[in-house]
Amino acid sequence: MQTTLAQLKRGERAIIVDVSSIYVPLKLLEMGCLPGNFVELLQVAPFADPMYLNINGAHLAIRKETALHIIIEKTNG
Amino acid sequence: MGKQIKVALIGNPNTGKTSVFNALTGLNQKVGNYPGITVEKKEGICKLPRGVKAHILDLPGTYSLNASSLDENVVIELLLNRNDKDFPDVAIVISDVENLKRNLLLFTQIKDLEIPCILVINMADRMNYKGISLDIPYLEERLETKIALTSTRKNKGIEELKELIANYKELSVKPCLNASEIDKPYFDNLQKAFPNQLLYKLWLVITQDVNFGKTDRNEIDAVANFKTKSKADLKRLQQKETIKRYQFINDTLKKGQSIDLANAKDLRIKLDRILTHKFLGYAIFFIILLTIFQAIYDWSSVPMDFIDSIFASLSEWVKNSMPQGTFTSLLAEGIIPGLGGIVIFIPQIAFLFLFISVLEESGYMSRVVFLMDRVMRRFGLSGKSVVPLISGTACAIPAIMATRNIESWKERLITILVTPFTTCSARLPVYLIIISLVIPEGRIIGLGYQALTLMLLYLIGFGAAICSAYILNKILKIRSKTFFVVEMPNYKLPMFKNVALTVIEKTKSFVFGAGKIILAISIILWFLASFGPGEDFNNAEEIVKTEVQNQNLSDEDLQQKVASYKLEHSFIGLTGRAIEPVISPLGYDWKIGIAIVSSFAAREVFVGTLATIYSVGSDQEETIKNRMAGEINPILGGPLFNFASGISLLLFYAFAMQCMSTLAVVKRETNSWKWPILQLTIMSTFAYIVALIAFQLLK
Ligand SMILES: Nc1nc2c(ncn2[C@@H]2O[C@H](COP(=O)(O)OP(=O)(O)OP(=O)(O)O)[C@@H](O)[C@H]2O)c(=O)[nH]1
Ligand SMILES: [Mg+2]
Repeated sequence: MQTTLAQLKRGERAIIVDVSSIYVPLKLLEMGCLPGNFVELLQVAPFADPMYLNINGAHLAIRKETALHIIIEKTNG
Repeated sequence: MGKQIKVALIGNPNTGKTSVFNALTGLNQKVGNYPGITVEKKEGICKLPRGVKAHILDLPGTYSLNASSLDENVVIELLLNRNDKDFPDVAIVISDVENLKRNLLLFTQIKDLEIPCILVINMADRMNYKGISLDIPYLEERLETKIALTSTRKNKGIEELKELIANYKELSVKPCLNASEIDKPYFDNLQKAFPNQLLYKLWLVITQDVNFGKTDRNEIDAVANFKTKSKADLKRLQQKETIKRYQFINDTLKKGQSIDLANAKDLRIKLDRILTHKFLGYAIFFIILLTIFQAIYDWSSVPMDFIDSIFASLSEWVKNSMPQGTFTSLLAEGIIPGLGGIVIFIPQIAFLFLFISVLEESGYMSRVVFLMDRVMRRFGLSGKSVVPLISGTACAIPAIMATRNIESWKERLITILVTPFTTCSARLPVYLIIISLVIPEGRIIGLGYQALTLMLLYLIGFGAAICSAYILNKILKIRSKTFFVVEMPNYKLPMFKNVALTVIEKTKSFVFGAGKIILAISIILWFLASFGPGEDFNNAEEIVKTEVQNQNLSDEDLQQKVASYKLEHSFIGLTGRAIEPVISPLGYDWKIGIAIVSSFAAREVFVGTLATIYSVGSDQEETIKNRMAGEINPILGGPLFNFASGISLLLFYAFAMQCMSTLAVVKRETNSWKWPILQLTIMSTFAYIVALIAFQLLK
C-alpha cells in the first residue's frame, strides 16, 4: 500500500517510492532520501513533528511538512 | 623554502575535518560532535616529509556542491574559482567510515571538477565496533584516488596522509563516473556553447541558488543565461544526477565494503529511545540544565571565596610594604581590586565551559535540536536556533557565527537578533555576586535558593529571546523558504583532550580578554577617583573636620569619612553624580551607575569597577563581597544591595545590550548597522523600564 512518509508509525519500515523534486529539498535527496532506499521511523517528537528517521543508514530529522511529499510503500517488520 | 602545497579539507559535516586539521597542523581549532561547528575558513601550516610544507585550509562541512546555507557556500565558492588565492593544489575529502555511502557523494562531485583528490576515511577506530571492513585497493581503483585510513582519536594514519599529500602530483584527475549521461543532448549543447569550460562546473553554476560573491561575475552571467530548461526541469535533472551518483557508489561499496551486522553494536538506538522520548526527553533536558546551575553554584563557592580573600590580602600587603606614593596606591586601589573582580570568577566560568563542551562533544546537542524544533517554530525560529541559544550561554559572539548553519535567512536573522538575550558568561559574575548578596541561603529539596535564582535568570534570558523572536516573526516581512534537515550524529564519549582544551582556552580568553579591559578601566577609574577639581576635593580634610567637630569620632572613622568625601568630589564622583538622577529610580547609587556605564565596554567588568571605586574610597582593603554588603543607600538608607535593588540590577543586566563586540559581529553578519543599533536601543530601553518597575514595586 502506498502512502506518505508522514503516515509511518514508530518502529515501522518502508521503501521510498517517489520524492517530489519541488517540495523536498535537494539536500535531503543528497543525504540518501531517494526512490528505492529504505526508511525507518525511529522516534517522533510530540505531534509527530519533527520525525527522526533512519534513511538508508543515515540518521536524520525532518519536519512533517517535508515528509508529506515523500511517497513510500510500507514493508512488514 | 620552496612553494607550499595548497591543501583544502573538504567533507560532510561532522566527519572530523577539523580533527584532521588539528592533527596535521598542531593547532587547536574547535571540534564538536554536531554538524556545523566550523563556519568559516581556518588555515594552518603542516610540515611534510622531505622538508616540504603544506598550507592547510579547514572548511565548513557540506553535503554536496549545491549549497543551501552560508557556511556551505564558502566551499563551493572556493572550488569554482580557480583564481582564488586559496584554490587547492590537492583536495582532501574527509569521510566517516560509518557513513561512507553518503560521504562519497560529495567525493564524486569533487572528482568531476578534475581537482587532484585524496580520500580520507576517518574514525577507523569505530570499524571493529560496527563490524565494518574495507577493501582499500579495490576502492582506490574504482574511485581513481589514493585512500588514507585514519583515526584522529588513536592518532593513526596521519603520517601516511602526509606522505600522500607530498606526492600529490601522482594523483589522477579522472572523474570516476560520467554524470552528463543523465541528459546527453542537453550537456552536449552546453559544452558546445562554452567549449573552454569544464562541463561539471558549468552545470553547478547553472543550478546554484545562492549568489556567487567572488566568482567572476561576467563568466557566470553568461552561463546562467544558458538555461533553456525551466527551474522544475533543472531540479528533476539534479535529482536524476544524485540517483546516478548513488548507483555508482552503491555498486562500488557492494564490493569494497562489507558490514557484519551481527558484530555491530548500537548504543545509539537505546540511548535515543530515552533521550529523544516524547516526555522523558524533555524531563531529562530540564534535569541536565538544573544540574548545571546547581553545580556552577555549589562547586565553585569555596574557591571563589578563597580567591577573593587572597586578592584582599594582596592589596593590603602591597599597601603596607611598598613605599607610599601614587604608584603604590594605583596598584593597591586600582589594578589589584579590578583584576580581583575578574579572577574570582574563574571557577564558575571553567565549570560552565566544561558543561557546554561535554554537551557538544557527546552528540546531545542535535537531540535538543530535534526536541525543540516544533516549539521553536512557533516562535519563528528553527530547531537549529537552539544551538546558538545554548552555546550563547558561553558567549554570544561564536553563537551568532553558528547561525550561518541555518538555511532560512529569516530564521537566521531572528536568531541573530535574539541571541544576545541568552545569559552569556559575562553576565555570570554580576549575577553571582548580586545573588549572594540579596538571596537568602536556604534550600528546597536539595536545591539552593541561590542556584534556583540563577536558573530562573537563565530561563528569563531564554524567555526574552523566544518572546522577542515571536514579535520579530510577526513584524519582519521577509519571505524565505524554510526547510529543516538535521543529521543526528552518533553518541561519542567526549574526548578528554578536546574538552580540557576548550575549557582552558575559553577560560584563558575570558580572563585575558576581560583582564585587558579592566586593566585599562581600573587605571582610568583610579585616576579619576583619586583626583578632583576645586576646593571640595583639595581641602577635603579640613571640610570634613569642621563638619564633624563635635561628634568625637575616632581617628579611623575620621579617615574613612575624609576618604569617602574625597571620592564624592573627585572627577568620577562628579560624573557619577551627574548620571545619578537617571539611575536612582532603579535603586542604584552613583557608584553602581559608573559600573553600569563601564559595563558597556564589557559586562564582566562590573564587579571589578565597583571594587576599584570602593577601594579608593576607603582605608582598609577588604573582600569585594564584604564591601558591597556594607554599602548604604544614600537616599533611602539601609543596605544599598537589598532585595529590591538587587532584583532590579539582575533584570537590568539580563536584558540590556552591553557588549560592543557582539554589536560588531551582528553588523558583520547582517551586513548593516540597522540591526545592531536597533538591538542596542530596544534591549537597553527595555532593560531600563523593567528594572524601574521591579524596584518601584519591591522597595
Ligand atoms: N571515534 C572517533 N571520533 C572522531 C575521530 N575524529 C573526530 N572524531 C569526533 O568527531 C566529531 C566531529 O569532529 P570535527 O573535527 O569537529 O568534525 P568536522 O568535520 O570539523 O565538523 P564540522 O566543522 O561541523 O563540519 C568530534 O566529536 C570528534 O571528537 C576519530 O578518528 N574517531
Ligand atoms: Mg570543523
